[in-house]
Amino acid sequence: MRKISLLALVLFGALLLYASSGLPGHGDPEGPSHRERSPAGSPVAAAHYIRHAEGDAASPNIVTVVLADYRGFDTLGETIVVLTAGLVCYLILRRSP
Amino acid sequence: MTSSSRNPILITASRLLAPFIQLFALYVIFHGHFGPGGGFQGGAMLAASILMLRLSVGAERSELKFRKSWGTPVGALGALIFAGTGLLTLLLGGRFLEYHFLPLPDLSRAELHSAGILLIEVGVSLAVMAVLVAIYDDIMEGTGGD
Repeated sequence: MRKISLLALVLFGALLLYASSGLPGHGDPEGPSHRERSPAGSPVAAAHYIRHAEGDAASPNIVTVVLADYRGFDTLGETIVVLTAGLVCYLILRRSP
Repeated sequence: MTSSSRNPILITASRLLAPFIQLFALYVIFHGHFGPGGGFQGGAMLAASILMLRLSVGAERSELKFRKSWGTPVGALGALIFAGTGLLTLLLGGRFLEYHFLPLPDLSRAELHSAGILLIEVGVSLAVMAVLVAIYDDIMEGTGGD
């Protein structure tokens, strides 16, 4: 059993390595996520963010603008997740007075 | 561990370092528009400075900086600042988190968005800092000491 799982692990690793050779290079301007249109023909959000982020929110950090403005609702969810983790720790670990 | 058995080098070093860590954390939070940083990172650094004091000078004396009972309320306040900003824009006629409806005078649309981002980053940093410290305090609660 141990040998089978080891073999499966090696095969899966080899498959991932083979698949990663087909990815576009880091920062490649011709990569699918950096084009105006995706391979399916729909507009790519990244191009819009790069073009409009500074004008929309007067801050040169595109990451902050995407995180807190374009996707502010998502960040609100993240904050609620953090708060929920804290509340659950409080409920489980604090002894009742 | 009682405070008398604590290492004076650790106490002095952490008391010297803590204000600078907190200052840099504030820089990370408020400079998030212009460089790497933001609420999550700055909040984690604020929590790190408080936890460093908790570990070195002891829970009792580090409570002068941040009380054990503050953790959950301050975390909730941070989330409330975030959600409140969204609800404020909702009340003033915009959509949720549409920052250019914020009631700040003499600011252009883009600058209002910038101000809104700053508001929610402050909320995020408060929530992250308080929750990280609160989890540490909750865990140490069961061990019966500092």
